[in-house]
Amino acid sequence: MQSPLDSRLQEAETQRFATQDWFAELRRQGWQQFSSLPLPKRTDEKWRFSDTRSLSLEHFCLAGVPSDEVVDRLIAQSHFISRPSGLLVHIDGHCVLRPALAPELATQGVKFESFEDALRHHPALLKEYILKHCAGLGGEKFLALHQAWLRSGTVLYVPKNVEIKQPFVSVHWTATEGVAIFPHTLVIAEDGAKVTLHDFQCSAEPQLRALAISAADLYAGKGATISRLAVQAWGLATQSFEIANTCGAKESLITSVNAALGARRARLENTIRIQGEGADVRLYGISVATGEQEFDQRTLQVHDAGNAKSDLLFKNVLLDKARTIFSGLIKVAPDAQRTDAYQTNRNLLLSPEAEADSLPGLEIEANDVKCSHGATTGQVNPEELFYLLARGIPLPVAQELLAEGFLEEVLAKVDDEEAAAVVREMFRQKFHS
Amino acid sequence: MADSLIIKNLNASIGDRQILKNFSLTIPKGEVHAIMGPNGTGKSTLAKVLAGHPDYTVQSGEATLDGQPILGQEPDSIARAGLFLAFQYPSEIPGVTIANFIRAALIARQEKGAPFDAKAYYAELYAKMDALKMDRKFTSRFVNEGFSGGEKKRCEILQMMMLKPKYAVLDETDSGLDIDALRIVSEGVNHMRGPSIGCLVITHYQRLLEYIVPDRVHIMYDGHIVHSGGKELAVELEAKGYDWVKKELASA
Repeated sequence: MQSPLDSRLQEAETQRFATQDWFAELRRQGWQQFSSLPLPKRTDEKWRFSDTRSLSLEHFCLAGVPSDEVVDRLIAQSHFISRPSGLLVHIDGHCVLRPALAPELATQGVKFESFEDALRHHPALLKEYILKHCAGLGGEKFLALHQAWLRSGTVLYVPKNVEIKQPFVSVHWTATEGVAIFPHTLVIAEDGAKVTLHDFQCSAEPQLRALAISAADLYAGKGATISRLAVQAWGLATQSFEIANTCGAKESLITSVNAALGARRARLENTIRIQGEGADVRLYGISVATGEQEFDQRTLQVHDAGNAKSDLLFKNVLLDKARTIFSGLIKVAPDAQRTDAYQTNRNLLLSPEAEADSLPGLEIEANDVKCSHGATTGQVNPEELFYLLARGIPLPVAQELLAEGFLEEVLAKVDDEEAAAVVREMFRQKFHS
Repeated sequence: MADSLIIKNLNASIGDRQILKNFSLTIPKGEVHAIMGPNGTGKSTLAKVLAGHPDYTVQSGEATLDGQPILGQEPDSIARAGLFLAFQYPSEIPGVTIANFIRAALIARQEKGAPFDAKAYYAELYAKMDALKMDRKFTSRFVNEGFSGGEKKRCEILQMMMLKPKYAVLDETDSGLDIDALRIVSEGVNHMRGPSIGCLVITHYQRLLEYIVPDRVHIMYDGHIVHSGGKELAVELEAKGYDWVKKELASA
């Protein structure tokens, strides 16, 4: 049951949402935009250094509901942490596990639902929050495609002053050759709420060809706290795009950690919007790029309110002929005085054929700010390496230890130690693959 | 003399600077030898060359561990062959815990694929840390990162005790140590002394040799040994100073 992603199918699928006019309209707009926009070119400033030639959105399809055997097998592999507050599992864009929320959470008004369920149960909420920002960092065509086919994902809503300690977990799998999926993550933490979400993206088979165009919208209200861990572990024949928006109101605290392991190419566009005084938004990224993988990271830190802080650190380890691109911009509005904004990109090259490009930038219109940006790209420190070798540790193991140590600075920012250990182990497995 | 660390007519340089000049020394297993000498005479170069540091070029000569040649080998092979270098300035390894670091070094000495006994490992690690008066919290600290001088040297001795080398070269282990740390580190080394290990203690000062009493003392100057004697030589050198070495021994 596979059909190409054409206008006919788009309209037929959109008809399914006829009872939600606004949503059907949103999808149609997305399709129109997608159809009118060109594919990015290497000469586009926002795609500088990206391998635009190998971009391909052709020959992908929607997949039907997976078989029970596939569902059982992949659900069994979806228990990344032992006691989540809730676990949603999606396969090929279909939600296959949606257990009822614990009563103590439900009675407090917490919502943790698949996108389709949320669309039925809380359309006003979705209408207010989803896809409110244009992509802005170059991924307009991809976000339009996401909008055109949007139907799956995870919605997490935490009412005012509700604090939830145990993380929620959402897992997206691809299981069908040539599948295209468009997962959406929406997190809303109302004033004073506190919540953690882990997003995992995985492929049932490592060589499965797939297209994943994800979007995430994170909203932290006044004094709210959101922690998000996003683990991109697609198989190596996947093209992955994620466009994320993180909005912090007054005195909110948002921490996002993005771990990239999989995909042939993965582009992450992440915009931080500081919208209230005293907000503290932290955006971190780690990756290990091997083979001919390309990890393309584009970030924007927008300070529209003063007295606030944003901190960004992206660390990449590169092996073989892998490539990473980091392009970041800090934008401070004229009246966002007493802004603290930091942006750092560090790349560790373990192969002479690997290439890391870094494009840090500042655009500051306020005069009373503390902003810094920095980028370094280098090999392992030869004295550190010699120290490990001198203990009898063979070169490949020594390099791996140093690379793991290099990533540890970011893994330490994941406050769920169990999840940090899972990601640490995934990186370790990648070194050994 | 198969059970010895034997260095014969070793010539080594860094860049275009000749440092080791026909250096020869034999350390039988079970003995502790000390090398003393003024700064810049090549003591640390000797340690680094033996450990296989890539910055140094060996022109000629040989070095064998119990008959097994080590010059020209990769540093990790030399270490696994049984040579341990306690660094004068141990590197900080961010993000790598002491426990993981020593475990990786031990696994490298096991047969490939052999199971690692983590329980026995921690039991031994904790026992040795207790002996060195190191807080057990150190196991989860990153190697040498933010350590005081004394903590770094204790960490070196801890590694030596865990890896159980056949020969150990201790390069200026006393530098940066206060008297308490010096005593603890020396006790660690003395605890390891015995018929199954040979030690070469490199030091600038006689002070360390009051705690680690050597079987033989060698004076090094201008890239080779100019004088050897018993432990009393260290005291004589302390009294006469390095000018004595430069004026009398070097020209002899």
